[in-house]
Order: sequence, then structure tokens, then C-alpha cells
Amino acid sequence: MRCIIVDDESSARAIIAELCKIIPEMEVVAELPDALEALKFLKHTPVDLIFLDIHMPKLTGVDFIETVNNPPKIVLTTSDKDFAIEAYKYEFIVDYLVKPITPERFQKCVQRLEKTFEKIQQEHPETVMSQNEDEDLYINIDRRLIKLKFMDILLIEAHGDYIEIQTQKNRYRVHSTLKKIKEKLPESRFLQIHRSFIINFTQIIDIQDNSVLIERNVIPISRSNRPELMQRLNLL
Amino acid sequence: MIEQPNLDYIKEISGGNADFEKKFLTIIQTEFPKEKQDYIETLEGNELEESAKIVHKIKHKLGILGLTEGYKLAVKYEEDLKYGNTNLKGEFLEILQSVEKFILKIA
Repeated sequence: MRCIIVDDESSARAIIAELCKIIPEMEVVAELPDALEALKFLKHTPVDLIFLDIHMPKLTGVDFIETVNNPPKIVLTTSDKDFAIEAYKYEFIVDYLVKPITPERFQKCVQRLEKTFEKIQQEHPETVMSQNEDEDLYINIDRRLIKLKFMDILLIEAHGDYIEIQTQKNRYRVHSTLKKIKEKLPESRFLQIHRSFIINFTQIIDIQDNSVLIERNVIPISRSNRPELMQRLNLL
Repeated sequence: MIEQPNLDYIKEISGGNADFEKKFLTIIQTEFPKEKQDYIETLEGNELEESAKIVHKIKHKLGILGLTEGYKLAVKYEEDLKYGNTNLKGEFLEILQSVEKFILKIA
């Protein structure tokens, strides 16, 4: 469940983000300080859920609801208890959390969300959650989420606490590990061929001895990973 | 005796995550003094609708810091301000001062 948190108070955003960490299926892709930022963000990044504060300067939560096209599910968050009845006027509003949100109440909200998404899946099996597993990956660079298409990634190299992701056009340095990124990559396209390298094996130009060539990069193949690589290739 | 702020809620949310607690307290220490200042300025300028908006934000922090009675008072005060009534300003200021003192103590 990919979500964003929209609230003008950093403290409120921090609490919701921390509560989301308890739920393994919940992924906070952005924390945004106002509804205008949220509208901009949603233009290029689909999400399943928005935690939306009502009382915000510039554009209120209600203004946002009235403005946004094809809204995902929304959980309203506010310190105003009296807004609850009005909130359910909109079918995409799943829940209404009064701040400060308790962990127990948050769990109930998550259960309600799970039921809602299950129902959607049953009624519309063609609906897919915005995981983008087969298409793209978002990386966090200087608080900016950058979308990388899987097909554009050539290889990923480990450098201590960092990994370097090389695409057709750029090289990105991200604070993460090969193990973590491996979990996010589709096996149909990516393979670890060395303890320091994962490659997009659809981009291989040739294989010679114990190395592969991807664009101009010569990548070593470890002895233990070689059999799996050979198995994946469509050999004549 | 006036109730005292505490970190019970923060600790419940953090589940022992010291990094979160530290990060969160830094946020409160940054946000609260500014909100208090803005509140005082709008009140002095008789911009009571603006004051009500700031009280709305502050009341969330009162809840976070375990000030149950303070939170209730802020709810009432926010509504009063919308109607131009500032009768609770003295009590509200006392609460703000106790939060300020607490923030300085944990800094």
C-alpha cells in the first residue's frame, strides 16, 4: 500500500510516518507540507492512499478533495472531531482519524483499509495496486524521489553503505544495500552475478570467460553465480 | 495544580525507537516557539481568526504532550476565538508557558 502524508505540521507528519512503520504493507513514498504539493506529486506518482489533514493553509484538505482528479483512498486526519459526518460524504474517504492518533486507533484504520482494498480486488480483479513491480522503482536522492524505469537500469554496484545504480543516462548513488534493492527488482530481468553487482541481464552484450559486458561496463561473474546466469540465458 | 507535559504518547508511538524520539522532540522544539510567538502576535493584533487557527495547531501538540485538560481548554478556546471571545487567554497562556518550560528542560 503506497501512501503519502499531507499535513502542514511536521510533528503530525512524523507521527503518521512512524505509525506506518508498524505496518509492513504500508510504504510512505512522500511526506508533503501542503495540498498544492500533493496535487503536483500525484501528477507523476500514483499512490493507493493519502493521509490528509483538513486544516492547512493555502489549500485545505476539503479544497484538495474537491480539486483532485481520480482520488485514491483517503484517510482524513484532523484535530477537529466535528468534521466526521461531513467526511463520509465522499466515497473515497475510508476513515477519519482524530489527532493525536493512538496506535490502537491507527491499527483499526489499517484493518478498515485492508478490507476496503480486498473488496476492490474482489469486485474489480483487474485493479492493480500501484506497486509498479514490473515497471519502475523510486529512489530517494536528497529528499527527492526519482523514478527509474526497470528497463533503463543497466546495473547496480555495491560500495560499502551505498549502492550505485547505473542507467542508460545517469549514475545514482543511494544509501542502501544490494540485498535491499534486490527485493525490489523483478527476477525476470535482474540477477546478482557477483557479491558487488546486480545486472539487468536483458542488457548483456556479450559474456566472455568470467565477465559480462553491459554497454561499456565489464562486470565480473563469481563462480557461484555463473550457473544461474547461464541457466537464465536463452542459449542456442 | 496545573497538569504537567510528559512524553508518554511519544514513547508509545516510538516503541522505544530513540532516533524517532529525538527527531520528534527536535520538531516540537522548533515548531512550538514559533507557533506561540505567532499566537501572541495575532492576539495582540486582534486577528482572532488567525489566533484560532494557531490554537488549532497548538492543541494537537498539547494532546501529544499528554495535556488532556489543556487540550480540552484549547478546543473551547479555539471556538471562542472564532466568535471574538478571548476570556480563556490567561489560562491558555499558562499552558503555553508550561509547555515552553518543559521543552527547555528536555532540550
